[in-house]
Amino acid sequence: MASSCTQLCLQGRNLLCSKAVARTWQYNSQVRHCITVPRGSSKILNGCSLNKGNHKTTQTRPRWKQPMFRYSDLASKHLATEALENKAVEETSTADVVAYKSPLLPIRDAVSVTETPLDLDAATEVSALEVISVEEAVSITVPSDIPAASTSLKDYVDKSETLSKLVQLGVHLWKLEQRPNVGSMLLKLDFNTDVAPRLLFLKDIGVDDSHFGEIITQNPFILTEGLENLQSRVNFLKSQKFSSENVASMVSRAPYILNFTVKRLDNRLGFYQQRLKLSASNTRHILTRLPRLLCGSLEPVKENLKLCEMELGFKENEIQHIVVTVPKVLTANKIKLTKIFDFVHNTMKVPHDLIAKFPQVLNCKYMRIRERHQFLVYLGKAQYDPNLPNYISLERLVILPNDIFCTELALATLEDFTLFQKTL
Amino acid sequence: MATPAIRMFRKIDGLFCVYKPSGVHWKLVRDGIETNLLKGVNATPSQPLPKEVRFLALPAGEAEAPKGLTLSAASVPVLSKHTLVTGPEFQNIKVGVGHRLDASSSGVLVLAVGNGNKALNNLYKTRVTRDYTVEGEFGTATDDFSNTGRIVERSTYGHITKDKLERVLAMLQGANQKALLMYSNVDMRSQEAYEMAVRGLLGPDGKSLPILTGLRCIHFQPPNFTLEVQCLNETQKYLRKVVHEIGLELRSTAVCKGVRRTRDGPFTLQDALTRHHWKASDVIQAIGQYRPSKKKSKTPIKDSPLQELEESTTVNQMNSEREQQ
Repeated sequence: MASSCTQLCLQGRNLLCSKAVARTWQYNSQVRHCITVPRGSSKILNGCSLNKGNHKTTQTRPRWKQPMFRYSDLASKHLATEALENKAVEETSTADVVAYKSPLLPIRDAVSVTETPLDLDAATEVSALEVISVEEAVSITVPSDIPAASTSLKDYVDKSETLSKLVQLGVHLWKLEQRPNVGSMLLKLDFNTDVAPRLLFLKDIGVDDSHFGEIITQNPFILTEGLENLQSRVNFLKSQKFSSENVASMVSRAPYILNFTVKRLDNRLGFYQQRLKLSASNTRHILTRLPRLLCGSLEPVKENLKLCEMELGFKENEIQHIVVTVPKVLTANKIKLTKIFDFVHNTMKVPHDLIAKFPQVLNCKYMRIRERHQFLVYLGKAQYDPNLPNYISLERLVILPNDIFCTELALATLEDFTLFQKTL
Repeated sequence: MATPAIRMFRKIDGLFCVYKPSGVHWKLVRDGIETNLLKGVNATPSQPLPKEVRFLALPAGEAEAPKGLTLSAASVPVLSKHTLVTGPEFQNIKVGVGHRLDASSSGVLVLAVGNGNKALNNLYKTRVTRDYTVEGEFGTATDDFSNTGRIVERSTYGHITKDKLERVLAMLQGANQKALLMYSNVDMRSQEAYEMAVRGLLGPDGKSLPILTGLRCIHFQPPNFTLEVQCLNETQKYLRKVVHEIGLELRSTAVCKGVRRTRDGPFTLQDALTRHHWKASDVIQAIGQYRPSKKKSKTPIKDSPLQELEESTTVNQMNSEREQQ
């Protein structure tokens, strides 16, 4: 009878040709060794299965039911984690996968230690001996074929809860999958335990929901950072008298801030304050306006400051004023800065103090300044000295959009300006 | 079944021209326009996600109670087709560049998008001429013939008059006319050559040395002068060199202050898009303007005797151009 049982078992398993079955196959073969074992040792079997940590079923249940549960339990678990499991690299490291394997392991132990065929029987009758009703058969979903390794997250999105939730948040997965190791990191995450607490944390510090997608797109590593670390960094920023709205806007505009240790953040704050000799409030002002100063490398900033000082010849207080009004100068391209300065200072003949007074010039496009200046020269209106009549301020020259520039400063039409551009 | 993006993508197939400012490399212009077009195409509303029917297990006690495990059919959007997962629909657009303009020169630059690249090739097979405005200044000579180069020589220019300049230009034009005949692989003593010359069809096939087919002084005020040049197979550097040689021929020296292309084949300054109009919407409009002219131009070409020569010309302005030569 036992032999017929195992036959059944085999058939049943053949039907459910899932990976899980393949796993348990080994000990299917062991069943064959114990065909002669009479049934009836259910007590011992139950005792054995008690050892298995994974069993949640109560002992009062009928013996044959129990393995069924385990199998469906296993199947559902498998569903939940299949995406994870299929990443070949991560396979063994994930906790879920280990949990899924565990039903196998204790049995092998049992075999090696006690050498009683009874145990094997107990372990093997798992689900397969039971006649499965149609409904139950339907409930065991066979996982569809997912590639074990893929170059794209596309294959996993529909199967993984975390990924589909991230898409709903507006995370650009196609950008993330191009970064090394990020894809497998995301797959390993569990939405409820890893992602949700961090999102709640971000919400607590005042970040708007609509920014979550961008933040995670830019810095997916925020999802692996410890919550207490994040909290301590936010606390540090607040202790530096950044208001909570400022912290929120800084985090949403430069998400990497939260991945920097407190010590490093402190160093950087100190650098800006000391190098620029600014007051604490001004430093805060710069950093809230351009939080990526805190995340980027400090070398380009140092180089830009040297450039302003030595090559462009600004005085220290002028640099301070420039930086406070337009912090972007610190991260601007050096070649661009010199090109613009060269044009404004040598061609437009604007002295240093005027440039320092209207530093927006250094932030705008070279072509824009050149076109507009040449147009004004052509019209005879290029007059940048504030002491003379018909003065045109540098700020208005660069920040006004084209149409307003034409009507207010050049007193011409936009068509004239376009025609003029075609003669340059 | 085309998505809105594909429909828009089809609309931007064709040729158009832009005004390249000086000081910018043509590659930057091309790349900038490519990104703008991609942005425009991908900004069109995406299609709704396809749905798939999936059996969802009700969440209650999936591990504990298999009896309670019931399935419900639900149609769920397939997230793997979402734009956030697949990335933008169009990742690149072929943008081809016509006859190049080097960084320091400005003017009309022809660009082709998508299938327009074929038309672009055909256009340049038909021996198009280009118009340039070249500004020069007497008195100095530099190592790269432009006014920004290192000065190697200074000279006087008081003796130069407009007459003398025009004499030199006429001489240059004559020399170039001779070169044109030489490169036009036809026996000069044949009837065929005569007939072609009458129609103004003589000229080099494909590659040749640069040939100036027209040269005219439009502004003369020593030391500055401006020339209008029509030419074939030229480079901007060659035009600068021409200015330099004109200076030498006049017993003086000259540098080129600027090269500006005012026409490239049928594309004139008038239709050129300036820097602020390099957006998808403006480009589509410019290409649309080109298209009807293409359809109209086909009929006159068909009954004209030039048909066999101009196999795939998309241009009717070419004809008038030929006559000038």
